[in-house]
Amino acid sequence: MSAPEPASADRLRRIIALIRKETRQILRDPSTVIIAVILPLTLLFLFGYGVSFDARRIEIGLVIDDPTPETGSFTASLMNSSLFAARSARDRRNFESDLVAGRIDGIVVLASGFSAQGARGDRAPIQVIVDGSDPNKATLVRNYLQGAWGNWLMQEAITRGERITFPISVESRVWFNPEIASHHYLVPGSIAIILMLIGALLTALVVAREWERGTMEALLATPVGIIDLLAGKLIPYFVLGMITMALATGTALFVFGVPFRGSFSVLALMTAVFLTTALAQGLLISTLARNQLVAAQSTLISAFLPSFFLSGFVFEIAGMPLPLRIISYAVPARYFVSGLQTLFLAGDVWSVIWPNLTGMAVIAVVYITLTAVKTKTRLD
Amino acid sequence: MSEALVQFDQIVKRFDGTPHPAVAEITTTIMSGGITGLAGPDGAGKTTLLRLILGLLKADSGALRVCGRDPVSEASAVRDLVAYMPQRFGLYEDLTVLENLTLYADLRAVIGEERRTAFERLLAFTSLAPFTSRLAGALSGGMKQKLGLACALIRTPRLLLLDEPSAGVDPVSRRELWRMVQTLTGEGLGVVWSTAYLDEAERCERVLLMNDGKLIYEGSPSGLTNRMVGRSFHVRNAGEGRRGVLASAAKMPGVIDGVIQGANVRIVMAAGATPLSAEDFKGVSHVEVTSVPPRFEDAFVSLLGSATPAVSRLAAGAVRAKLDAGPVVEAKELTRRFGSFTAADRISFSIGRGEIFGLLGPNGAGKSTTFKMLCGLLRPTSGEARVAGLDVAAQTSAARNRLGYMAQKFSLYGDLSVAQNLAFFAGVYGLTGARRQRALERVTEAFGLQRYLETNAGTLPAGFKQRLALSCAVMHEPPVLFLDEPTSGVDPLTRREFWAHINAFVQSGVTVMVTTHFLEEAEYCDRIALVYRARVIAAGTPDDLKDSVRTQALPDPTLEDAFITLVEADDKKVAA
Amino acid sequence: MRSSLWSLIVKELLANWRDRRNRIILLISPMIQVLIFSFAATQEVKNVPLAVLDDNRSILSRELISRFEGSPQFSQVMHLQGVGDIAPTIDSRTALAVLHIRQDFSRKLAAGQPAQVQLLLDGRSSNAAQIIQGYTVEIVDRLNVEIAQSASLRGPASVVVARTWFNPNSDTLWSTVPGLFAVLTTTVGMMVSALSVARERELGSFEQLLVSPLTSIEILAGKAASALVIAVSETTIIMLIAMYVLGVPMEGSMVLLYGAMIVYLLSIIGIGLFISSLSSTQQQAIIGAFMFLAPAILLSGYATPVSNMPDWLQTLTFVNPVRHFVVIAKGAFLKDLPIDVIAAHLWPLALIAAATLSAATWLFRHKTA
Repeated sequence: MSAPEPASADRLRRIIALIRKETRQILRDPSTVIIAVILPLTLLFLFGYGVSFDARRIEIGLVIDDPTPETGSFTASLMNSSLFAARSARDRRNFESDLVAGRIDGIVVLASGFSAQGARGDRAPIQVIVDGSDPNKATLVRNYLQGAWGNWLMQEAITRGERITFPISVESRVWFNPEIASHHYLVPGSIAIILMLIGALLTALVVAREWERGTMEALLATPVGIIDLLAGKLIPYFVLGMITMALATGTALFVFGVPFRGSFSVLALMTAVFLTTALAQGLLISTLARNQLVAAQSTLISAFLPSFFLSGFVFEIAGMPLPLRIISYAVPARYFVSGLQTLFLAGDVWSVIWPNLTGMAVIAVVYITLTAVKTKTRLD
Repeated sequence: MSEALVQFDQIVKRFDGTPHPAVAEITTTIMSGGITGLAGPDGAGKTTLLRLILGLLKADSGALRVCGRDPVSEASAVRDLVAYMPQRFGLYEDLTVLENLTLYADLRAVIGEERRTAFERLLAFTSLAPFTSRLAGALSGGMKQKLGLACALIRTPRLLLLDEPSAGVDPVSRRELWRMVQTLTGEGLGVVWSTAYLDEAERCERVLLMNDGKLIYEGSPSGLTNRMVGRSFHVRNAGEGRRGVLASAAKMPGVIDGVIQGANVRIVMAAGATPLSAEDFKGVSHVEVTSVPPRFEDAFVSLLGSATPAVSRLAAGAVRAKLDAGPVVEAKELTRRFGSFTAADRISFSIGRGEIFGLLGPNGAGKSTTFKMLCGLLRPTSGEARVAGLDVAAQTSAARNRLGYMAQKFSLYGDLSVAQNLAFFAGVYGLTGARRQRALERVTEAFGLQRYLETNAGTLPAGFKQRLALSCAVMHEPPVLFLDEPTSGVDPLTRREFWAHINAFVQSGVTVMVTTHFLEEAEYCDRIALVYRARVIAAGTPDDLKDSVRTQALPDPTLEDAFITLVEADDKKVAA
Repeated sequence: MRSSLWSLIVKELLANWRDRRNRIILLISPMIQVLIFSFAATQEVKNVPLAVLDDNRSILSRELISRFEGSPQFSQVMHLQGVGDIAPTIDSRTALAVLHIRQDFSRKLAAGQPAQVQLLLDGRSSNAAQIIQGYTVEIVDRLNVEIAQSASLRGPASVVVARTWFNPNSDTLWSTVPGLFAVLTTTVGMMVSALSVARERELGSFEQLLVSPLTSIEILAGKAASALVIAVSETTIIMLIAMYVLGVPMEGSMVLLYGAMIVYLLSIIGIGLFISSLSSTQQQAIIGAFMFLAPAILLSGYATPVSNMPDWLQTLTFVNPVRHFVVIAKGAFLKDLPIDVIAAHLWPLALIAAATLSAATWLFRHKTA
């Protein structure tokens, strides 16, 4: 005599019962609220205010060995720029120790004979010294100074009514983000990191907790199946993740003033696929770990660190060596960061969204399959 | 009319990384309509056996049928027919009583009218009806146990598996549970009750006795006990000398077991040995020897063979710190409040030199709180705790140097080797140079730890963990020993060995204070205090307590009877 | 030192070393992280896809394009066919920038008029966009000078000559490794101390320790000392990897670095012990440690400069120990930071260490008596 196939009504009832149970636990456990609401908002504020590529004032030390009208006008053009906070001095040694200490971002030296050399037709050097301990900032400072110098030359030429000696000029326009505010793309990117962490951590911890407290064993002793168990865990945390996402999006729009040019339905779709991936990773971790400590450690190492470093959110994937670029394709946050930046700043650009959706979906399928294979309704 | 519910045929289950199979070639049958006791020490394979029945584990070899089905390939059908209450009851502590019941009803497809009647029946059966909206985590141990049972019984199963349902539950609740389960068997249900308590196993219709994964006995408990008739004796009137009686009995030929039971010493003889008589103790003490009916534990010890009561190799009368006359441990009006909750309320007692004093009481009654205040782990709200003449709260460090402490569960460093654990505790107690060397050699030799010195403490066999824990607690030769539930979850043989050492310490003048919820262990004490609702409700020798509840209806009360009667009397007094 | 304290330190070291999982997570994983994330934590903009739309198709325009093709910063230069291609190319992130050379480009130049080339950038990565803009201006300026010279025109009277101090080749590893070194020092010190009390509590050995004659100060001192030993050894290994595997120079004084590191680690260990005293399980301790580490590292200047933050936040970072140590670590590796600068970051660390260690002691006593 074989067992009758469990009626689908029974299965549905079991899943609903598990969802109801999980929801009650979520609502009663203050730590879930902390992880789902407080932690993401705290992280979002930190990323929003603390991480920025926008140099607010570039501190410049200006050394003029031999003041002349030319050096005077150059100094004035730097001093008048809102980008620079320039101080000038005769002796460069003070500035050098300032640069070592990180109190200034660069030194500009107009050596003695600057005007005389220029007048002779030799090209007089404007020496720029930048702090290479942060190469990115060093490059920016150099570029800004180069730009300031170009402007100064142009002004000089116009005032003197000379022919412009720089025939070709570059006119740049930054699309989607004309005011070049880095938080416009860092905030959406950080949402991906946060959601990954929260989704994976929550599921990993709650499943591990069931193993630790022995309730999983009691559940398994009833006729529940794998699908019931997985659905009973995924659905409530999916809903919770979507709520977290809504909170984070609201914060991005209304607190950080990030524009949103896509449509919310596409945002919801991308979030849904990404969350599934994150939750599945959490489930997989807890299936292998069965212990909250190991689950927490593995989630931080396998979900948070790769998302932070290899998603392209602050660090440039293109600048990494090839092996890391290849690994980054296995990091779900990579796709979501790109998708979110596009949705917020550019709009529903399907040529970006499709590949990213596909990437996440493939990873989700892999995780869920692995979880289903690894989860048995047995203990061994 | 009983039928076979579970048939094991040569079942073997082993786990990776363990040398011996957890279940080794077990062949047996479990019938309906009765309680089958599954007894044996921790790690004997009891839980593994239950999990195999449910298909939660897959046997490596052998054939297993549960209600005529294969528990692995037909898992969902088997789990429909079999109910299971795991250790710690499998409850969601953050759900209410009713929510827990509803969850399991949904999972087992008990709906509509069927659910209504099931809930009504179960809530009445477990007397949980007034508490349906209370969180499971806020229930007492006994109530959790009942709720666990109710959840398992939502759909009346054909077979009910209970995994150590009475562990950590006080005697009153244990008795109630027993009565409830017996009612069920009357309805034709089969029950498997796994337990480490041999007195529980003794009450079952049938018992499966496991050790090291092997089935060493199956049949009725009396079948085993009957083999022991005429081999069990009580040595009476030994009074203060009963530890000496026990120690000398241990050396007599033919004696296979001896334990202290209140004022008496219980001795069990090997099969065919000359019966014990008062003559045997002529040189030791003036005693009286009577034959007593055997009990299951006697049989268990006898069956496990190598059960010569261990004689501690600790030299009795080792040099001890000289103590002033007067009590060694003193609790004076000890009170501890947590917010508005009083965990210990004006508890007073004193313990003299060389005395074993037991703190007995249900979980949460305040015995742990009292214990912790006495060894300086908790600061009293008011009152005073003195150890070896020192005020624990004021002279904490000095007082701690004079006490040895053994925590409830194995509490040494599992990743450190035995030698490293010993070296650590020697260091912590400030033993250096030759003293340290001597102390290390002494405990290694006395507790037979030589061959395990390089083994990680976490992987030691249970008995050796116990020895190591005791070694670490006594290395600095403290005049006072504090033992917190020292033998919970330990099999009778290990327990005997442990107490042999404790007795040796006591004979050399060490004072011992022990907490226990294990009544067998309470019998080993010279005096006990029963702690209930934060107060000492009774104190005296074990026999005093038994005498205090002796009635015509109960002419020969056990300590368990005394416990239950005293607790219930106090309940009535409070209610009045 | 009392022998009992010494035993405690030895025990802590052994316990950390003999637990296999602990060994992997606390000791092995930071070494792997420094090897992987040093390469990942880069903001270097290279291999960037660029597209050009050349409506002019003159010798000069081709010359300009060929200079882009020859530049190492751009991985490939795509050629667009018409203005209509520009938007889809940027939208789809096929190219990060589009250089548009208009039809009248060569005609204007020939006429001696200024000619503009248009550079359209993707603001979804504005940092990279700005860097690319810099590269472009540099390439165009070089061409300008050549045009001027070939036309025997008088070029600009001056020229910008840039030098990068402390990292002359702008090697990105030279900046990511010292930063990561600071972060990993923090992580190891934090994790070892945060788990220490919580582990004993969870495994049940805590009470056994508490009833021993060791005072709470001694217990904490033992745990702090062993965490310090572990973190310093781990850090030394990471430092050797940085210097000999990744080739980052060590310009500053090792003695100063180690001195500062010990003060710094004490401040971190104080926080770790505080979290540990508060947690009843190791899992709580890990989450607690993360709740500290994430903000502290983000606000340390490790990922992006502190000076880019709003002023109020910059002020707040003064109490962030990681911020001070990032400066000290980068300074030690690359700059030979003078002692007065180190001192300026060291006294706040000493204050923080004093505060966190006292707080941990207070909490530990409060929770255990």
